[in-house]
Amino acid sequence: MTIIKHIIKKEFKQIFRNKGMLPIIFILPILQLVILSNAATYDIQNITFGYVDANNTSTSRGLIEKFEASNYFNVAHRFASENEASNAMQKGLVDVYLTLPTRFEQDLQKHQQAQLGVFIDAIDGAAAGVINVYVSQIIQQYNKHITPQLSQPRDALEKIHRIESIPLFWYNETLNYKTFMVPGILVLLVTMITLFLSGMNIVREKEIGTLEQINVTPIRKSHFIIGKLFPFWVLGMGLLTIGIVLAKVIFNVPMLGNLGLLYAYTAIYVLLILGIGLFISNFTETQQQAMFIAWFFMVIFILMSGLFTPIESMPKWAQTLTAFNPIKYYVEIIRMVMLKGSGFTDVLPQALKTLAYAIIMNGLAVWSYKKTT
Amino acid sequence: MKTDYVIQAENLTKLFGDFAAVNRISFHVKAGEIFGFLGANGAGKTTAMKMLIGISTPSSGRATVAGFDVYKETEAIKKNIGYMSQKFALYDDLTVKENISFYGGIYGLSKKAVKEKSHKLIEELNLQAVSNSLVGGLPLGWKQKLAFSVALLHDPKIVFLDEPTGGVDPITRRQFWEMIYKAAHKGTTIFVTTHYMDEAEYCDRVSIMVNGKIEALDTPKRLKAHYKTDTMNEVFLKLARG
Amino acid sequence: MKKFIGFVKKEFFHIYRDKRSLFILFGMPIAQILLFGFAITNEINHVDIAILDQSNDVTTKEIINNIAASKHFNIVDVLQDETAIETVFKKGKIKAVLQFENMFAKNITKEAQANVQILTDATDPNMANTISNYITSILKKQQQDINNGAFTPYQIIPQSRMVYNAELKSVYMFVPGVMTVILMLVSAMMTSISITREKEQGTMEILLVSPLKPYQVIAGKVFPYIFLSVINAMAIVLLSIFVFKVPVNGSLFFLALESVLFIITSLVLGILISTIAATQQTAMMISLMGLMLPTILLSGFIFPISSMPLPLQAISNIIPAKWFIVIVKGIMLKGIGLGFLLKETLILLAMTLIYLGISVKKYKIRLE
Repeated sequence: MTIIKHIIKKEFKQIFRNKGMLPIIFILPILQLVILSNAATYDIQNITFGYVDANNTSTSRGLIEKFEASNYFNVAHRFASENEASNAMQKGLVDVYLTLPTRFEQDLQKHQQAQLGVFIDAIDGAAAGVINVYVSQIIQQYNKHITPQLSQPRDALEKIHRIESIPLFWYNETLNYKTFMVPGILVLLVTMITLFLSGMNIVREKEIGTLEQINVTPIRKSHFIIGKLFPFWVLGMGLLTIGIVLAKVIFNVPMLGNLGLLYAYTAIYVLLILGIGLFISNFTETQQQAMFIAWFFMVIFILMSGLFTPIESMPKWAQTLTAFNPIKYYVEIIRMVMLKGSGFTDVLPQALKTLAYAIIMNGLAVWSYKKTT
Repeated sequence: MKTDYVIQAENLTKLFGDFAAVNRISFHVKAGEIFGFLGANGAGKTTAMKMLIGISTPSSGRATVAGFDVYKETEAIKKNIGYMSQKFALYDDLTVKENISFYGGIYGLSKKAVKEKSHKLIEELNLQAVSNSLVGGLPLGWKQKLAFSVALLHDPKIVFLDEPTGGVDPITRRQFWEMIYKAAHKGTTIFVTTHYMDEAEYCDRVSIMVNGKIEALDTPKRLKAHYKTDTMNEVFLKLARG
Repeated sequence: MKKFIGFVKKEFFHIYRDKRSLFILFGMPIAQILLFGFAITNEINHVDIAILDQSNDVTTKEIINNIAASKHFNIVDVLQDETAIETVFKKGKIKAVLQFENMFAKNITKEAQANVQILTDATDPNMANTISNYITSILKKQQQDINNGAFTPYQIIPQSRMVYNAELKSVYMFVPGVMTVILMLVSAMMTSISITREKEQGTMEILLVSPLKPYQVIAGKVFPYIFLSVINAMAIVLLSIFVFKVPVNGSLFFLALESVLFIITSLVLGILISTIAATQQTAMMISLMGLMLPTILLSGFIFPISSMPLPLQAISNIIPAKWFIVIVKGIMLKGIGLGFLLKETLILLAMTLIYLGISVKKYKIRLE
């Protein structure tokens, strides 16, 4: 036990003495949280909007006014022709444009229905889907507004049976995207720093030659690894704390669940990440290689974690693969606990998997660390 | 095997693929001896040493260090030896005191013992003024003397030194060898590799390795007599040229 | 010239012998493009939902059947009462619950209106919104059927057309981005590391005292990476055309030219980093934090720039990747040519020249 203590003490001293690394450990996460949370958003706003109004009546202008009044759409460009509008889209000047046909108002009065062209730049498919939803919502509202205005007494005879759907958004009524992203970015913050630091740790001692010196001491492998892990584990928990405070203070993200539960899970999770880092460290010769490999896995893990894109939309085989993705479990759990207030039994399945994974990875790390070649 | 030998090697071999870095070497080192392990760069000195200190498993042959087998009892060997590698292996970003107490700690010395030893050691090396400075800023010669003292911290029976004086000035080398003598005087066995032939003269016995094999093993005096030269340098040149 | 060729050869050997880095160089682009192409999409399919049917009549059954038939949803649970909703949401698998009111069918015929609540787990707001809309449109259709085709009078019916990407495939969005990131990684990061490595090992000085001119030394170091980048770019374009069926509506030749321009921009950035950084580690950190992260986050690769706060939008303008992504999207998906992309091309060109100027200046200072 005292031997482990000596290693821990030494690691802490080295972490806090490395002037180049300290800012990376403590300032980077804050920057990351602030910038990423603002940059990583699928919250579609400021949609540049244009229209071709061949009708130019109070009905067509009324519709355009609705769009102009909406928070989602930016001031409208009016185009003289469809050709002009389409050119503007090619240049990337508009995200969406409407074409109101010449007989727009007349059709509406005569045939009780009018067609309206909606053209959306769909290269970003996800954004296009959201824009389409916003456009339909505004048109529906406008419909509700004009139907009674245009109705004639004879229309009332024909009664329409309606299914009224009432959408209710739980846990995030205002559909605030930051509430969704900030906990996920907290995961990145805890994971990236602990993975990179632990990944470079043993290989650094290899490079400077001190590892050989350690290897000729009678220290036990497990003691050495535990001594190396502990300081980074503390660091991970510290990062979580900083992150939670920032999430609350800057972004006002709710914390509905039990904070203790989140810490308990993070304790297991960080252990797992450190195990992976040390495993990488054991298999590489230089810090550069370790960085590359850590970065490579990091990118894949992040992309397949459900952090930015829903796991449900992945094909079956990819969903199966995500079972090996530690980040996926943490993203799920942190969102469940913080935003929904999920309890112990709700997170138990993921927690058990993480624990098993952590035991395996740390076992592998101890096993693959060879004092003798 | 007799027990008054602290190191015994029989046909010890290390292969890297087809290449025999160490090719069937056999030798014995007596307790309290200063044993010089000579050879040109790449002759296999460091590889042989790594097998003896338990961080490299031999391909074949047998060896014991301090009575323990180099295959099965490496951890027991490590308790009984000290080691100073070619690469300077103290932590640059820890202070002199911190390095001493770290290594003392992982050898399991008590807090009290570490304190006493580090006090004595700093005094002996005249490092009082820099005891709280980072090791990275010290001159190479000081670092190496410190590394040697740290290797002796847990009073090992045998201490292995891998080219301990590489890159230091003649005065420091001289001081370093005084430290070696002092340790040997206290009964510690010294196993030292070097390619400075003048240093070979300081050893009780030397072995000379050429291309993975031990070509000669005796006291410097008898080697010089046998090869009919005045210096170890010429002995070495004769052997190396074949 | 002969000396120069020998030098370039040496650089190729360096790269070729470092198998782990080579694996990253070629494995990374392919892994990423495959992941983005196959696995990572924003399309919402097969979402698990639950039903809470307090009415349990013919109409609700019909609606449930229609929802089950949709490829968007899997009905995985039938709840008995409202308290169960919170429990399933907290477990996390089920993203929406459809709750029919009591006497649903009766209400439609007698009161002419029946209510359905669509409860969504809105922790992911976009997903919740989309689910809500899909279900609403299924219900709308049902309503039409019930009314035998009669519709609410005086309605504007929008006819949406998804331009450039009718099927809303995510891969259209990701191909230009992945290409940009990879070219940046290979060109800027690898060159900066390889030049600083020579500096760290002291071999740079030897090269500089050799009869090679300093610019030849730099050009020689950079040349293999141009080659690697071009191969990577080709691999990505080929994969996206043949595996993911992304169209190239514009000129392939023009795309190649613009890619070479961007590769050169990145290489110059790499050289610039290597004039600042003294060690490989610093070079790596600057490349990762100063280049890769902004390239991924602020270039419009994944997240639309227009939705970001103004300071970030301003920053995005100085990121070369932003302009290159606009160019690639323009050529591949919109099929436009230089006429439409002149501004972007000139910006990239200007950036390259500016970076080059700074590096030359820095380099000279170092030599003096």
